[in-house]
Amino acid sequence: MLDQTSDDAFVAFDRVQKSYDGETLVVKDLNLRIGKGEFLTMLGPSGSGKTTCLMMLAGFETATHGDILLDGKPINNIPPHKRGIGMVFQNYALFPHMTVGENLAFPLEVRGLGKSEREEKVMGALDMVQMGEFAGRRPAQLSGGQQQRIALARALVFEPELVLMDEPLGALDKQLREHMQFEIKHLHERLGVTVVYVTHDQSEALTMSDRVAVFDDGRIQQLAPPDVLYEQPENAFVAQFIGENNKLNGTVTARADSTVTVDLPNGLTVDALAVNCGDVGAATTLSLRPERVFLDQSAPNRTTGHVQELIYLGDHIRCRMSVAGNDEFVVKVPNAAGHRHLKVGETTDVSWHTEDCRALDAS
Amino acid sequence: MTSATDDATGPVLAADGTPLKRSLNRALRRQKLRALMLVAPLLLFILITFILPIGDMLFRSVENQIVSETLPRTVVALEDWDETTGELPDEAVFAAFHEDMVIAADQKLHTRLGSRLNYEVSGMSSLFRKTGRRVDRMDTDQPFRDQFIDVDKDWGDVETWSAIKLFSPEYTPGYFLNSVDRTLTPDGIEKRPEDQRIYVSLFWRTMVLSFTITFSCLLLGYPVAFLLSNLPLRSSNLLMILVLLPFWTSLLVRTSAWKVLLQDQGVINNTLVAIGILSDDGRLALINNATGTIIAMTHILLPFMILPLFSVMKTIPPSYVRAAKSLGATDWTAFWRVYFPQTVPGIGAGAILVFILAIGYYITPELVGGTSGIFISNRIAYHISSSLNWGLAAALGSTLLALVLVLYWLYDKIVGIDNVKLG
Repeated sequence: MLDQTSDDAFVAFDRVQKSYDGETLVVKDLNLRIGKGEFLTMLGPSGSGKTTCLMMLAGFETATHGDILLDGKPINNIPPHKRGIGMVFQNYALFPHMTVGENLAFPLEVRGLGKSEREEKVMGALDMVQMGEFAGRRPAQLSGGQQQRIALARALVFEPELVLMDEPLGALDKQLREHMQFEIKHLHERLGVTVVYVTHDQSEALTMSDRVAVFDDGRIQQLAPPDVLYEQPENAFVAQFIGENNKLNGTVTARADSTVTVDLPNGLTVDALAVNCGDVGAATTLSLRPERVFLDQSAPNRTTGHVQELIYLGDHIRCRMSVAGNDEFVVKVPNAAGHRHLKVGETTDVSWHTEDCRALDAS
Repeated sequence: MTSATDDATGPVLAADGTPLKRSLNRALRRQKLRALMLVAPLLLFILITFILPIGDMLFRSVENQIVSETLPRTVVALEDWDETTGELPDEAVFAAFHEDMVIAADQKLHTRLGSRLNYEVSGMSSLFRKTGRRVDRMDTDQPFRDQFIDVDKDWGDVETWSAIKLFSPEYTPGYFLNSVDRTLTPDGIEKRPEDQRIYVSLFWRTMVLSFTITFSCLLLGYPVAFLLSNLPLRSSNLLMILVLLPFWTSLLVRTSAWKVLLQDQGVINNTLVAIGILSDDGRLALINNATGTIIAMTHILLPFMILPLFSVMKTIPPSYVRAAKSLGATDWTAFWRVYFPQTVPGIGAGAILVFILAIGYYITPELVGGTSGIFISNRIAYHISSSLNWGLAAALGSTLLALVLVLYWLYDKIVGIDNVKLG
């Protein structure tokens, strides 16, 4: 599914740049290839350029430089209505003066389909999102989740091969959002369409995507499947942005094949996996996931932590402690049978494996 | 605190056993009183300075007590007279008339009566003035009939007397009939002579010109409002100031400026002649006609169209048009099928605002309209301040009001007043 060769890429951004004011670049040198049938998510904080990329793909913004290819053909000069790309908007953008049925028939009507064929396809699309009885309603009479499904059905009813989604679940409450994530995922699997999805919600990105492109500062920081992104972040931004992360700043003092030795400010020396750090003498950021820290001395990198705060979360206990000069060091203690009961103010052993601690760029 | 019983058999009760509705009303009474106190000064002001005078003015359109007050005995005596016989009233009527006229002439009321009756039958004004001068000198022992006919042979005309009888009731539809070019005769309602029919065509012209002005405002205002609502805030603010600029200049100044621009030797004609588009004797007649009124009023009323349109367009997210385009609609289809229908409430608000302002406009048509570009309101003003026929002015005003209400009702039927919004 993940085809990296340019010949087979369904959507390709080739050295794309975008500037609005001629002074700063919102998108800097974007290269991205998306395979047919892939579910790719653009994830990033607001202002990172992800929505701009989506709008360029849809045709609502023009690229300042570079080519965007769809199915091998450059589409820079093709107007949006000829691109045949389905799109779901953040506020759904259902036409308020039309009924649900008319909304769905709109893309078929402008394509010149006959009435009976239109009705058949509209009903099919509505059934697909389990909204078959709502064809006669106005969008304003529907709940947020129902509107979302209609927007989805409308973007799919004319059978586009590519569907763009711009934070489509942003306006829904948490429970509904999670439910819709699965529905979108299942629709994608069933129909086999290519989906480019924009969100700033990392859990949404991780649950739904085949691959995630993490955007920051107009660039893709890392493009990888969700598990790789979480477990093997390539730089400090990705490590910090995806999931919870413990950050320790230090200096590289020795370098072996794949590991480095890092001196931390309080005199502690630890070994870490060399991922994206400089040579001896360079500053580095160590990244360590909270669930990979043990509260004993079972792992090779050992030190002590001073418990600052305990938060009970049911399935686990979140323990904030001070380790190697970092007051925000977090350890997750699973609420398993016979787990250790920590107290605030207590000093405890902490340890971790070298391969779980990644030495990244200094941020 | 919620001890209100949800018993299906009785009204819901509050905690202390009183019906919930009553205790809610009591709780809200203070607020209502406060609200009333806040609007009371304005309400009184409007009532005293606006509603009462207007009511009084409108009442004048049917009021007609002048005949029965000036000639009380004559009116009573005339009740027995049957004008259909074609014979003059008997001596008793003339005697009563003499008695009334002596008193009237003494108090100088007969000229006012003459003017009033002159609205209906021409020649009445001079007849009453002439008679008033001589009524004192009449011989009370001789029959009055011949003496009156001697003063003016019109008194020997059945028409004169039937006109007095016809307009002797205290209320009359005469002014309203007059406002639609009809007149009340002993034979019923008839059309006025052709050369005196002006009001129906004037009402019609007022409507047509107001429609034209509304339409021109829409045509010119829509693109501007569209541009305004799609520009970034800073430039749209600047443009908005330009739109509102006319409000900061006096209406009179703006209208006079149009006079300078539009007149025969004015800027526009001179420019067109200078660049050779027009020949010197082919100058366009742009002022003192309907064209002048349309141009000047479209300019003056344009902001009233742009502002509601702008505020409605501002609320339409750009994602609608984008969605339409992503679904395959061309620019035009996206505009016409998706954007335009959503601006209809703004068009409705702007159109009704401009139309209602235009239909009652006075000063601009007066200055640039000449004779073929004036509105009904100019005629009303003429009757208020020059001819002093307030009854007719009131009737014309009421007819205009009724016309506007009918149009408003039609508008509600067609567009739906719920669909009108100002933002």
